[in-house]
Amino acid sequence: MMRRILLFLTGCIFVAPVLVLVSGSLMSRFELGEYLGALETGEGFVGWTLFPLYPTFSHYGRLLFETPQFLTVFWNSVKIAGITLAGQLFLAAPAAWALAVYHFRRRGFLLTLYVGLMLLPFQVTMLSNFLVLDGLGLIGTHWAIILPAACSTFPVFLIYRGFRSLPQSLLEAARIDGAGEWRIFWKIGLPLASNGILSAAVLGFLEYWSLIEQPLAFLKDPSLWPLSLYLPEISLEQAGYSFAASVITLIPPAFVFFIGQDYLEAGIAAAGLKE
Amino acid sequence: MRSKKNGIVREGKARRVFHSPLCFLAPSLIGVMLFSCLPSLDVVRRSFTNAAAGSWAGLSHYREVFANEAFRLAAWNTVRFTAVCLPLLVGLGLFVAVALSKVRGGQTIRAMFLFPMAIPAAAIALVWRMVFDAGGLLNLLLVRLGLLTQEARPDYMGSGAAFWVLVFTYVWKNLGYTVVLWLAGLSAVPAEIAEAARMDGASERRLFWRIILPNLKGSLYTITVLSFLNSFKVFREAYLVAGSYPDESMYLLQHLFNNWFVSMDLDKMAAAAVCLGAVLLGAILLLQRLWDRED
Repeated sequence: MMRRILLFLTGCIFVAPVLVLVSGSLMSRFELGEYLGALETGEGFVGWTLFPLYPTFSHYGRLLFETPQFLTVFWNSVKIAGITLAGQLFLAAPAAWALAVYHFRRRGFLLTLYVGLMLLPFQVTMLSNFLVLDGLGLIGTHWAIILPAACSTFPVFLIYRGFRSLPQSLLEAARIDGAGEWRIFWKIGLPLASNGILSAAVLGFLEYWSLIEQPLAFLKDPSLWPLSLYLPEISLEQAGYSFAASVITLIPPAFVFFIGQDYLEAGIAAAGLKE
Repeated sequence: MRSKKNGIVREGKARRVFHSPLCFLAPSLIGVMLFSCLPSLDVVRRSFTNAAAGSWAGLSHYREVFANEAFRLAAWNTVRFTAVCLPLLVGLGLFVAVALSKVRGGQTIRAMFLFPMAIPAAAIALVWRMVFDAGGLLNLLLVRLGLLTQEARPDYMGSGAAFWVLVFTYVWKNLGYTVVLWLAGLSAVPAEIAEAARMDGASERRLFWRIILPNLKGSLYTITVLSFLNSFKVFREAYLVAGSYPDESMYLLQHLFNNWFVSMDLDKMAAAAVCLGAVLLGAILLLQRLWDRED
């Protein structure tokens, strides 16, 4: 019991920033000014309360109805994350199928190559990405972020795990019944390995919703920025507005997190298994 | 070989016919070649040539990189950051995972530890400022507890302590991930072995050190590699809280690459990217070698 309480309290520290964001977004400008004054003047201390004296939705109202810029940026994030995920699944699922089910020359080499590429951080691939994107004239467009991300090999690896766990005899039976390879992939492979695909989608969404490095390097025009770059631009005088924008930014990944916690954990665990 | 290309493959005695697996693989492979493999080779080539003239430069870019003050600082900080964070995160993760595995209905607590993964770095930049500013909540707490005088007011982001703020951020963000990995490893330890040891009268402590831990070596390898690679993403929080030029105690290779990119120092970037890539692959292979030998 003691252990449970200690773990729970530690867990509370982990989610505490969310409480600060939510309470701050409901606070009036004057209340915020009082609490956060220390950050500007450099005197005294910051204060806080989780229950604002006069809760207000005015920051949300301003954000959603009076700031078209915010909607543009929100839409940019949706577009980048959505197209990237769709592209990833479109490319990764068939590739994972080929690697998991068939035997062909260089299969082992390709698998190693894919795992190796998945492990490289952005800083290593930044220059090579830039050279290609610049050559294709895509720098300064959303495609500069979407295309390299869609070709990421991480989802291939996760989905590969799912396909690997299908019994070969099942596929053999389908073949004997005369099903074509494409049909087997579509009707048997995809539905039965959907857990791996959902894991890849959940992990991918959390990743691509909060991209910083890529848009920072490849997008100069602020009207193309995703939320993750726009948020920090909001000044301290507009703290309430910033808190409200943070909460709205947090809603989609939080939603995906709660719906997909099982897939998320399965995906993480799958990444940790060694073949 | 011809028959394989046409999609006929022998497996055991069964003979089956299918479209070439290349059909399934091609879209992904083209993308990977176009965006990863070929440009990486181009970067290797560039690291040995002068971008402007296109002439052979030998190792001069590499010498330039290693002589660069900023590179040395960033490389040292990154090594230091990794050396502090990896054991800390992996150890804490195991500790929490073992504790969680003994608690019934750990789902909610697991979710709490995992949740920082879902919080975009941009959303917490302001919160971090509120906590770690000279007049922030951390100092307020320390003053209230009587550990700090009203006048001391250390500014965490503007001093060497920034490094430790970064360490904290990394652990906060990645602990849940590591815990889930360890839990997966723990659940793979055969229950019968533990049961048998208990029957023989082994204490819980002894059971953990002698039975459970040796069975977790495989997990240790992948958890270390994944935590290592995730450590590069701490740049997001670092950049959003402290900008392109933070306190020099937390100036990492990620900042350097970003700044070189902004100033278009492509020669140096190419050489540095090749070095970093080589070090990473070397480290991963070394870990794998160590791990295989243990088996």
